[in-house]
Amino acid sequence: MEAGDRDPMEVSGRPWRGEAAAALRAVAPAVASMVPFALLIGFLARQNGLSTLEALLMSAMVFAGSAQFVALDLWSWPVPVASLALTTFIINARHILMGAAVMPHIAHWRTGRAYPALFFLADEIWALSMARAGAGRLRLSYYAALVVPFYLTWVSMTTLGHLAGAAIRDPARFGFDFAFTAIFLVILAALWRGRRTMGPWVASAAAAVAVWYLVAGPWYILAGGAAGAAVGALQGVRDDGG
Amino acid sequence: MAVDPLVLAAFAAMAGATYFTRIAGFWLVRRIRLSRPLSGALAAMPGAILVALIAPTVLTTGPAESGAAIVTVALAWRLPSLAAIAGGVASVVVLRALTG
Repeated sequence: MEAGDRDPMEVSGRPWRGEAAAALRAVAPAVASMVPFALLIGFLARQNGLSTLEALLMSAMVFAGSAQFVALDLWSWPVPVASLALTTFIINARHILMGAAVMPHIAHWRTGRAYPALFFLADEIWALSMARAGAGRLRLSYYAALVVPFYLTWVSMTTLGHLAGAAIRDPARFGFDFAFTAIFLVILAALWRGRRTMGPWVASAAAAVAVWYLVAGPWYILAGGAAGAAVGALQGVRDDGG
Repeated sequence: MAVDPLVLAAFAAMAGATYFTRIAGFWLVRRIRLSRPLSGALAAMPGAILVALIAPTVLTTGPAESGAAIVTVALAWRLPSLAAIAGGVASVVVLRALTG
């Protein structure tokens, strides 16, 4: 977090302190509702015979909650390295679409900063970044202030979950399993841009639910994203014609 | 506090797979010109992916989850996001208790 975060061409940019404060406010609910899941990852890692340091390393290196849950579900000894990698790729393939969508908003970052920053493009970070970009300009200082508390909480709470053992067995009891849905709904409400938004969202919901019924695994996310993008492409063509 | 080399290899492979997905879209879209349909698709994608992520939970789990989704969106209309999220989570607990 240094002055160099800012575009040198821009004299009137808001100072990074304001960016960081706004980002911290925005990311706080996501950080709070991620805690039980990080604890649970640590707990499951312990159940699967991983050491505390291994649990910490998993969250620090992989930093992808849903992939980590599935990996711990598949876990066996000796470790099935190849199938863990392939499963992780399929579950995280949605990030390819997310990276494409965020590109226009971070293209002004220096390449040497954009690539390290993309390591931290978890779902919530991406969604909050897109919301910020939609309301103005997405600066690296804002992104960094989203990432730092989110990442540190994820890694430290995984470790704590391993140490504490049986702390939280059933997040559903407290409704925590709904927290991610609620977060995404609130972000969607902010992304609403009138009737034009409707087409892609309906297409996405229909495709996601259909594929979710028909195919096991995370394919429904890709199907919904692709269906929504297709409707968006048609809207783009129509703009061209009109 | 041991770290098994094979465990470390598995984490490295998972980390590599994840990092690839996080940079691939950025890398690709940077190198091609954005046509109208493509920029339309990119504009639609954030909402579409979020909708896809939550659609099965909201539409197929049961009345408690669908109802709580409506409550969350209604709260998001007027309240700050943290309050809307807390209200949504509280409403799912209440609705699950009511719908059993």
